[in-house]
Amino acid sequence: MSQAESQEKIRVEGLDFHYGASQALFGVSLGVRTNHITACIGPSGCGKSTFLRTLNRMNDTVPGTRASGSIQLDNHEIRDLDVTTLRRRVGMVFQKSNPFPKSIFDNVAYGPRINGGGSRADIADQVERSLRRAALWDEVKHKLHQSALGLSGGQQQRLCIARALAVEPEVLLLDEPCSALDPIATAKIEELLLDIADSCTIVIVTHNMQQAARVSDYTGFFLMGRLVEFDRTEKIFQNPAHRETEDYITGRFG
Amino acid sequence: MSAARLRRRKLVNAVMLRTTGACAIGIAAVLLGILGYLFLNGIGSLSLDFFTQLPKPVGETGGGMANAIVGSAKILGMAVVVGVPLGFLGGVYLAEYAGATGQFVVRYVTDLLNGVPSIVIGIFAYALVVLPAKQFSAYAGGVALGMMMIPIAVRSTEEFLRAVPRGLREAALALGAPKWKVLVTVVVPAARDGIITGIILNLARVAGETAPLLFTAFSNRFWSEGLNEPTATLPVMIYTYAISPYDDWHRQAWAAGFVLLMLVVTMNIAARMLMARSPLRGAR
Amino acid sequence: MRVAGSTSPEHAPTTSLRRRLLGGDEIARFIVTAAAAGILIACGLLVYELWVSSGAARHEFGWSFITGRTWDPNAGEFGAWPFVVGTTVTSAIALLIAVPAGVGAAIFLAELAPRRVSDFLAFCIELLAAVPSVIYGLLGVFILVPVMKVLVDGPLKAALGWLPIFSGPFYGVSTLTAGVLLALMVLPFIVSVSRQVLLSVPTEQREAALALGATRWETTWNVVLPYAKRGIYGSAFLALARALGETMAVTMVIGNSPQLQASLLAPGYSIAAVVANEFTEATGDLYVSALIALGLVLFGLTVVINGLARLLVASTSTRATAVQ
Repeated sequence: MSQAESQEKIRVEGLDFHYGASQALFGVSLGVRTNHITACIGPSGCGKSTFLRTLNRMNDTVPGTRASGSIQLDNHEIRDLDVTTLRRRVGMVFQKSNPFPKSIFDNVAYGPRINGGGSRADIADQVERSLRRAALWDEVKHKLHQSALGLSGGQQQRLCIARALAVEPEVLLLDEPCSALDPIATAKIEELLLDIADSCTIVIVTHNMQQAARVSDYTGFFLMGRLVEFDRTEKIFQNPAHRETEDYITGRFG
Repeated sequence: MSAARLRRRKLVNAVMLRTTGACAIGIAAVLLGILGYLFLNGIGSLSLDFFTQLPKPVGETGGGMANAIVGSAKILGMAVVVGVPLGFLGGVYLAEYAGATGQFVVRYVTDLLNGVPSIVIGIFAYALVVLPAKQFSAYAGGVALGMMMIPIAVRSTEEFLRAVPRGLREAALALGAPKWKVLVTVVVPAARDGIITGIILNLARVAGETAPLLFTAFSNRFWSEGLNEPTATLPVMIYTYAISPYDDWHRQAWAAGFVLLMLVVTMNIAARMLMARSPLRGAR
Repeated sequence: MRVAGSTSPEHAPTTSLRRRLLGGDEIARFIVTAAAAGILIACGLLVYELWVSSGAARHEFGWSFITGRTWDPNAGEFGAWPFVVGTTVTSAIALLIAVPAGVGAAIFLAELAPRRVSDFLAFCIELLAAVPSVIYGLLGVFILVPVMKVLVDGPLKAALGWLPIFSGPFYGVSTLTAGVLLALMVLPFIVSVSRQVLLSVPTEQREAALALGATRWETTWNVVLPYAKRGIYGSAFLALARALGETMAVTMVIGNSPQLQASLLAPGYSIAAVVANEFTEATGDLYVSALIALGLVLFGLTVVINGLARLLVASTSTRATAVQ
């Protein structure tokens, strides 16, 4: 493993998270490595999505929530960063695809535009590049100016990925991006994640263990708000250190 | 005995159910009947002169209400300028920025304002605009109607902003957009059709208001220049002409009633059609 | 390791104010908050103007302004009692007619009619609710007044003329006519609100009663209506508030006579109608002030009624959501 590979993009230490009176995360600590894919798995309600949403402070928008502990992006506390800058650097794709009710082009161009991104031609370039990275270009290039709501579910989700990529984030968070998709659409998205990971750090939450095994380099197993185990994916799936992890992997519960 | 009881229950059932049906049909028949009467009578009284001529002096037949049509348009325009921006921004405040106390206070006050009788709003605009200016004017009428538009504008804006799915906001926030940009570029456009629908319905509601105009815009037999003169409007003309003793004026009142009704009904139907094709419905 | 405080946006301590100003969020917040404050100020101004401008009359007459029975502008005597009675009686007549008929129609639309018929009729009825009051007034003057005179007032007097409320001469324009016209005006409103309240009653409630062998009507009467009761009361209160403040239609058919009369067939007057008729012709500060004081009375009346209505409607809808 080279030096660059082992660098940590995000370092989380002792992260606690509360929704009002109930605590959702208990002392989570882990490192997300640069340009690798990190998967978070665990039964529903285990806190993996909550964890993901603290990484770009998306939980700030939910009233009554509280996070404590340390999250560092490139050695800077994320709460010290301007939240909009943070979210530009740490993009997110949601469980349910959520294209804006605008044209396909305008969806992808949204990020570059609000970030004041250059000339018309630059933006058009950026849109094409992002759609190609999201493996959607060939399917939509002849209808860029039609409504994004006319696309299929899988296409919409890839559009959302393209839209997130268009601001050139350093990290991309994906919250169960394939849970509403059929196997073929899922395969397409997994394939493109592997491509994107060349130049982007990825954290993916999934309830699908096979998916985690297929795409990720590192895997964290969450259970009832705690990070039970975090290690290289092969290790987690072949030789887990904890009993709970093994039980979950082998389908004994969850 | 039990059989008799059952028969009685069934009888009550049949009688009462038919009574409710009769209520519905009766109401629909009466209301549609009188509107049908207005329709026929109005269409028969309508002529091209109605739209192009000024009112004739008392005793002369003919003439029209061209000045009142223009006057109504002016005052409604003023009302939109006064009421819609304030109401819209108030709605944005409620849906996006207000804390619990702010929500309670603003909701309470707009509800209160919504319940204020229109004639009282007229008194208010009179005291606020007519008295200081010592003159009836389209401004005063516009302020009165604008004031009436505020509560509904607040409520419909708030409602449609809240209906925008959370996922859309989060998508925009996750791209690094500040909250106000999310509002301007995503949330408000997504709610746009709904908000416009609300404004059209709101306008339709005040377009027929008469009481608040009686002593604000007053009336005028002639063209009024600009916005600072007493101004004729369709609803006030209907009132004045209907209670006058002249047959020809009655005829014109019917015509004006017909035109006003068509205006209001058209706006209502247009608003509903706009809502039916809103993309928000699909997104929800 | 540092322990962070709250990360909710209001408390994010490290984003400087200047930075947020440049980002535009504080500016946006300021603009919408100012607009909301503007609405509050406008409303405050409304109450203030009514209060101050009615000062002369309030000082001159005190509470006897409301209870005084004589309204004689020439003599400088202003008592609002005949108008308070007129407003109350016309509104009461309107509700007596409109609530049973309206709720009956709403039951039919919500419980019995096929959904499509129901939706279509509801659409028509909502359009009727949008018809301007001056048009109801127009129809009142030319259709309702003659109809009342010939078909209602005469027979009523013939049959029940020994009752004071149906005695005396009749002209068509009367308190009764105004009440009937108001009933027609609030009917669409009552039907449409009651129908929505009834539709929001959970289907399980009906099925439970039907499964016990209740007839359709028994289900409606014993289960659905009690469930929707408060919402329906609320709609009646809202209708009442509308009827109290209604100006044009009443002005056009009530006869505009400040004489207090027992007979419903005689001309009467209402608060809103006096203001509409006399405001532009009022001479002298006390006269204008008295008319504005009438506005204040009307305002107070509707605020109270609306408040009650909203309490009722709100309590129904919270209960409905709790059940879901």
